Amino acid sequence: MTNFVPLFKREFLGYFRSPVAYVFIVIFLLSAVGSTFFLGGFYEGNQASLDAFFSYLPWLFLVFVPAVGMRLWAEERRSGTVELLFTLPIEITEVVLAKFVAGWAFLAVSLALTFPLWITVNYLGSPDNGAIFAGYFGSFLMAGAYLSISCFTSALSKSQVISFVLGVVICFVLVLLGWGVLTDAMSAFLPVWLLDVVTQAGFIPHFQSISRGLLDSRDLVYFASAIAVGLSLNTLTLNVRKAS
Amino acid sequence: MISVSGLVKDFGDFRAVKGISFEVPKGQILGFLGPNGAGKSTTMKILTCFIEPTAGTASIGGKDILEDPLGVKKQIGYLPESAPSYGEMTVSEFLMFIAEVRGQSRTDAKKSAGFMRETCDLLAVWDQPIETLSKGYRQRVGFAQALIHDPPVLILDEPTDGLDPNQKHAVRKLIKEMGRKKTIILSTHILEEVDAICERAIIISDGLIVADATPDALRERSRYHNAVTVTVAPRDVDKAQSMISSVVGSANMEIISDDRTTIRAFPRKGETIAMKISEISRERNLSLEQIRVEQGRLDEVFRTITKSAIN
Repeated sequence: MTNFVPLFKREFLGYFRSPVAYVFIVIFLLSAVGSTFFLGGFYEGNQASLDAFFSYLPWLFLVFVPAVGMRLWAEERRSGTVELLFTLPIEITEVVLAKFVAGWAFLAVSLALTFPLWITVNYLGSPDNGAIFAGYFGSFLMAGAYLSISCFTSALSKSQVISFVLGVVICFVLVLLGWGVLTDAMSAFLPVWLLDVVTQAGFIPHFQSISRGLLDSRDLVYFASAIAVGLSLNTLTLNVRKAS
Repeated sequence: MISVSGLVKDFGDFRAVKGISFEVPKGQILGFLGPNGAGKSTTMKILTCFIEPTAGTASIGGKDILEDPLGVKKQIGYLPESAPSYGEMTVSEFLMFIAEVRGQSRTDAKKSAGFMRETCDLLAVWDQPIETLSKGYRQRVGFAQALIHDPPVLILDEPTDGLDPNQKHAVRKLIKEMGRKKTIILSTHILEEVDAICERAIIISDGLIVADATPDALRERSRYHNAVTVTVAPRDVDKAQSMISSVVGSANMEIISDDRTTIRAFPRKGETIAMKISEISRERNLSLEQIRVEQGRLDEVFRTITKSAIN
């Protein structure tokens, strides 16, 4: 794993070499704050908590995370550097992991930059900071799951746009599965056990349970396996399509 | 040093490489020649372990490309076609990155990057993003990247493609210097390049090796090998024609200039005609203004070989 550090460093710093990353962060922060205050009714709720912020996060991630991940492999294949990369003495899994962790770190930075929200609630009242921390932890895990899927879709195409759209579509399905509104609608005709399976496949229930401060191992296992599946598909895709 | 046996590569229904075998001893500079799409790049991609062969295998420095790809990659410096690199990185960042991924410590990486800055003459662009560089500099960055770990084997896919004559000359000089210590395979479709740097040329056409010889030996296959071109004064034109046709027969004679003063004579197989022509013209009191013996033309050989392979 000695190659991990330079690979990670190149990829992570790569985000900040282009202005696109800054634009992403700014848009993410604006929409995070916007959804919290306007859609989420932060003031009207009259509660010192970040629930409004966290409840919209799965939807913000839907666009933001595939945008962060789309570059990772598509650009590498488009510019031909994939040939350079895979003729260096490194294992394919090392690169897959390094790129994923670099993207994840970038998402962590973006999440961390929402700290003014945390300061605001602490200024306005006395929130349960443990719950807020749990919320951030859940968000970080969920971002990883979104990102592993985006890594996979990025390896599918040389075009960043196609990678992005594919990423959004797959993530959208996974968000919908656990979305309360849809679950309620489905409960009318699906047997309970099947509804349970479908709902548990989605992001939101697991995210919510972690955000509530319940560190259930099942939720951790869910996100860990989502990441593992995404990255395995990513590796498989590269093995098949890197040269095409 | 490099041993290739029975390489085959299919892309879907298309067989790009149809069974290629050859050996390259240590220290040789081997030129890969062939028309576009002949399978040169595919063969190189297999040797560098970027893609796997459908059948056959190869070994480099005793390591097999299928069993120990990492061991193979460690010994190779590879310059892919059109020298791809990370455009947003500066030259120094990029070379440091490659050196570190190749397992050098930061101090060593700095040292070898510094060495490459001198060898490949990159000082002027050292802190510029690669995407802002000219084609010539990018190619040199690609070179530096391939050489940074001082590999025993270099594989270069069209190393002088898109360079101007001065840059080409510089790159060829560099390759020749490297060739004293390293085993090099380079692909090209520029024949003068093979002449200038390669000790041996393999011509690939349609996925098969159609010739494997030194550039000189290849040239001997040319119709122009040992052909003689003479120039005479305008008043001697008819005399000269009859003299040459008496030596090689009129079928093997070609009148080149419009005023008929320059005539070329092609020898029949294995014949040397230069002496004969000069002797007979002396006997016949014909004064030759100029007489030149041709070496043979690689491009002509190349065309003949690759065309007949397709037909």
